[in-house]
Formats: sequence, C-alpha cells, structure tokens
Amino acid sequence: MSALPILIILPLLFFAFIAALVGIWHQRLSRYMAVLGVTLALAAAAQGLLTVLTVGEQRYFLGGWPPPFGIEYVLDPLSSFMSLVVLCIGFFVVIYEPGAAFYQAPRKGIPVYPLLMLLLGGLTGVVLTGDLFNLFVFLEIYSLASYTLITLSGKRALVASFRYLILGTIAGGFYLLGVGFIYFATGSLNMADVASILPGICTSPAIMAAVALIVIGLSIKMALFPLHIWLPDAHSYAPPAIAAILASVQIEVAAYALVRMMLDVFQPYYLCNMLSINSVIAWAGAAGILFGSALAIPQRDFKRMLAYSTVGQVGYIALGIGLASPLGLIGALLHILNHAFMKSCLFLVAGGIRYQTGLREIPWFAGLGRRMPLTMAAFVVAALSMIGIPPTAGFFSKWYLILGSVDSGNWVFVTVILVSSLLNAVYFFGVIERVYAKPPAGYPEEVKAKDPPISVLAPILVLAAGVLGLGLINVVIVTRVLELVVASLY
Amino acid sequence: MAEIFLERYVYVMIVVLLCVGMYGMIFKRNLLKKLIGMNIFQTAIFLFYIEGATKMGATVPVIDPRYGTDPANYVNPLPHVLILTGIVVGLSLTGVALAFLINIRRNFHSLDDQAIMKEMSK
Repeated sequence: MSALPILIILPLLFFAFIAALVGIWHQRLSRYMAVLGVTLALAAAAQGLLTVLTVGEQRYFLGGWPPPFGIEYVLDPLSSFMSLVVLCIGFFVVIYEPGAAFYQAPRKGIPVYPLLMLLLGGLTGVVLTGDLFNLFVFLEIYSLASYTLITLSGKRALVASFRYLILGTIAGGFYLLGVGFIYFATGSLNMADVASILPGICTSPAIMAAVALIVIGLSIKMALFPLHIWLPDAHSYAPPAIAAILASVQIEVAAYALVRMMLDVFQPYYLCNMLSINSVIAWAGAAGILFGSALAIPQRDFKRMLAYSTVGQVGYIALGIGLASPLGLIGALLHILNHAFMKSCLFLVAGGIRYQTGLREIPWFAGLGRRMPLTMAAFVVAALSMIGIPPTAGFFSKWYLILGSVDSGNWVFVTVILVSSLLNAVYFFGVIERVYAKPPAGYPEEVKAKDPPISVLAPILVLAAGVLGLGLINVVIVTRVLELVVASLY
Repeated sequence: MAEIFLERYVYVMIVVLLCVGMYGMIFKRNLLKKLIGMNIFQTAIFLFYIEGATKMGATVPVIDPRYGTDPANYVNPLPHVLILTGIVVGLSLTGVALAFLINIRRNFHSLDDQAIMKEMSK
C-alpha cells in the first residue's frame, strides 16, 4: 500500500474547498489557490508516473480497508499516464487569463475556480479509482461541475447545459444499472475482484446486460456517434477555457473509463468480441469520424466547428478501442494524449481571438495572421496536427490507427481515416487560408487586433510546442508507457 | 408464466418505471416534465438496488445473538449504503437542474422546449 494515488486527488478536492472560502472575499486569491492545488496534484501525478515506471503498480486502500471490501485507488501505467494528461491540461487552463477564459473576468463570489477544481478532482478520481461504484460517484462529480461551468456564458448555454444534464443523467443511470447487475451476479464491486470472477460466469444474461448498459452509458458520456447530440451545443456555448477542458480531457476520461472497463473488467468479452461489442464500438467510431468531420466544414462559428471536430476525434479513439488489437489500442491512447493537447490549444486560441477582437465567426478572421502572428502560428501548428501532417503529434496516432486497421484486415477503416484527414484538411485549411491569404477586412476590431498579453499567450504557445514535442517523443511514450498498458492483449 | 411474473413482479415494475422516466426525459416538451422524468428514472434504479438486497425471512443487518452470525439471516446492507450515496447524487442533480430551470424561465419566459428553440434561433 502506498499513499501516492490519493495524493493526486486530495490537493484538488482540498484546494477546491479553500478556493471557495477565499473566493467569497477575493476572486484573484481564489485563482491562486486553484493554481497551487493543481500544481501540487500535477507534481504528485508526475511522481506517480515515475514511480510506476520504475517500481511498479501503487495501490491505496481508502480508510485502511483492503479490497474487495474497501475502495482502492490504483496507479498503474494506464491510470498514471491518464492522470498526468488530465492535470497537464488542467494546469494550462487554470493559469490562462480569467478574462479570456470566461469571456469576462468572473465577478467576486462566483465560484468558478472551485468548480474547475472539482471538475479536475472528479476526472482524476475516475482515472484512479479501482472500484465500480466509486467510479460512478466521481463520474457524477465531474458531470455536475461541468453542467454548472457551461452555464457561465449566458442564456443559450443554460439550455444547452440543461439538455446535457438530462442526457448525462441517463448515461449515469445506465452505468449505475450495469454496476447493479454486476454486483448482484458477482457480489463484488472491486474491478480486479470482478475481473477474476467474470470468466467463470460470462455467459450469464445478467452480465451481458451489464456489459451493454455500461458501454451505452459511457458512450453517451464520451459522445460517441450517434449518442453525441448533446456535445455540439454544450461545447460551443461553453466559455473557451471550459470548452477546452471539456473537449480535451472530460470526454476522454469517459473514453478512458471505457478502455478500463473493456481491458480490465470485461476482458473475456473484449478479447473474443462477444456480443460483437468491439465491432459496434469501432463502426460507431468510424461513422462518427465521417459525420463529425463533414459537419465541421459548413460551420461559421469557430468554436462550433471545433465542437463538431471533437465528435470526429472521439470517433478515432472509439475506432482504436474497437479494433481490440495492441496497435489499435496504442493508437487510441496516443490519440487521447494528442487530442488533449491540440484541442485545448485550439479552444484557447479561440478564447484569445475573442478576448482581443471580440470575433467568433470564421469569415471575419481575414487578415488576423499578420495582426496576431504568435497566436495564429500556434493555431496553425495545432490545425496541422489535427489534419495529421508529420512531424506533428496527430500524424503518429493516426499512423498507429491505420496500422491497427491494416493488421485486422479492415480496409474500410483505413479508407475512413484517410478520407477524414482530407475532410479535416478542408475545414482547417479554410480557416488558415482566410487568416493568412485573404486581404485584411479593415474594420476597426481587425485593425486594432494584436497578440494577446502573456497570460493568454503563454498557455497557447506551450500547448502548441507540446503538440510538436509530443510528435518528436512519441516513440518514447509508446515504448515506455503504452506498450505496458496493452501488454495483456498480446 | 403467471408464476414467473409473481416472482419477478418488482423487476417488471422497475422496468415500467424506467420506461416512464425515459419517455418523460426524451419526449416531453416541458423542461420541468423532463426533470420529473429524470427523477422517476433515478428512483427506478434505486428500487432495483433495494429489491436486489432483500431476502425473505431475514432481519436488519445488526448482529443479534438470536440469529447467530450466519449471513443468510441478515439483509445485505451494502446496496442500501450505495443507494444512499446514489440519492445524494440524484438530489444534487435535481437541485442544479432546478436552478437552471429558474434561470431559463427568467431569460426565455417559458419552459416549453419549442418556444425556447424559437427564441434561441432569433
């Protein structure tokens, strides 16, 4: 037993409380507390990954009750990798200028940063927990925090967030029902314990129902096509920083939960493609890739275009999960990491443009390339990565996904990935062309436009550099971390 | 057939409640009715857990010398505890949703889905 897993979650929850208390008195102090909490958690997560890679798995039993009776938190290669991704993005969002992050600096007493901390706490909780019911609780903690954060930006966001709440509750309910079936069939809620009991009873109809319910529930949470209908509204009306964290890590933590379930709990179903569960996930992913990318093309609103592109990107992750081969799963996990960096970078760029010029529609971006060179350079890097042009990070995850599809002999998926790269190129080059090649429009907002201050620019540039850096070191990530994760598939 | 129904009638009721709740959440136009559907849906899940924990002829899960330490004599307490947590989650969801509805009503002067859509597309 080691205390390391809980040390990642505790600073987030503790400083959420502190930030709420000092926030009553002073908004800026609340932000500093949030930065402090996320930094501590980030340090613990980095230490966690190092320890896991050198020493091995770390487990913490909450309250000293050993599993299967107590709740345990597990740091293994997969969860330590994912918690580091979540907290990296969380750190960049917390240090981002509040005025740009939420359209206008939040007034005194509005608990923005405590909610952000609760969101991050819920996300890391889902990542680290080794208990099925505890996962549900953290799932709802982060969902509640995101419903509330989405509504910060006005009355349209309220309606979008209410719809998301209804669908999110259906998703949570399905997951809870599935856990109930598992509990009554196995008598255990601990993931490792359930996994050891399941192979003996995996033809029982109760377990099959549980697999179906949990997969549907988590698919709604991760916005897998055709259960994505809540996403475009919720993500395009949310404030930029919140949209960044929702699109880049929130839905991917649900994807992580799906990987965790399939790989560790429902392994017999996953390995033999029982109930055709892998095929369903992979084909839904492939359909989502085409649908999301195609619908992103006609959007005028920059953030709405990014939201539809998220639907497509989730498709890649689902496709990789559904392939159920080592290469496919490596592609999916690498894409979770890459998408986290590029999509948060793009949303923060959208926030920066809005902060400096008040613009949000793509047709008005003409000529911004010369006025805001650094912001737009970061945008170009992230956009090239979304399209999948080497040496940016996006190329490598698509490469693994294509290798995985070829490996399983499914040429339809290869075609889908290639066609979608073309579609991504259409909508991103549309923006790039407008920004650099079109003559400046010469209206007042555009003429006054210049690069935003350092507090906005720094997170954007670091994330863009991260997109390039991840492309260069992806071999290290794959061989040192991800191959350990997929080892059980060989 | 009738016996199966009599043995499992609680589960049939739970499925009916789940369907009523889903219907309310998806097909009702009034947002408040959607929320009520959500509550029915959640209650059905709570009942599912509670029903799974019951045993005929068992007593409250506090060890009593008259019944010994045989677990078969006691009701399973864990689902009750889980559902207590589930109820808290459901309560906070309802609270947040009601706060949204108050604000939606203030901004759009209606809780009707289609009236709000019309107002939003302006």
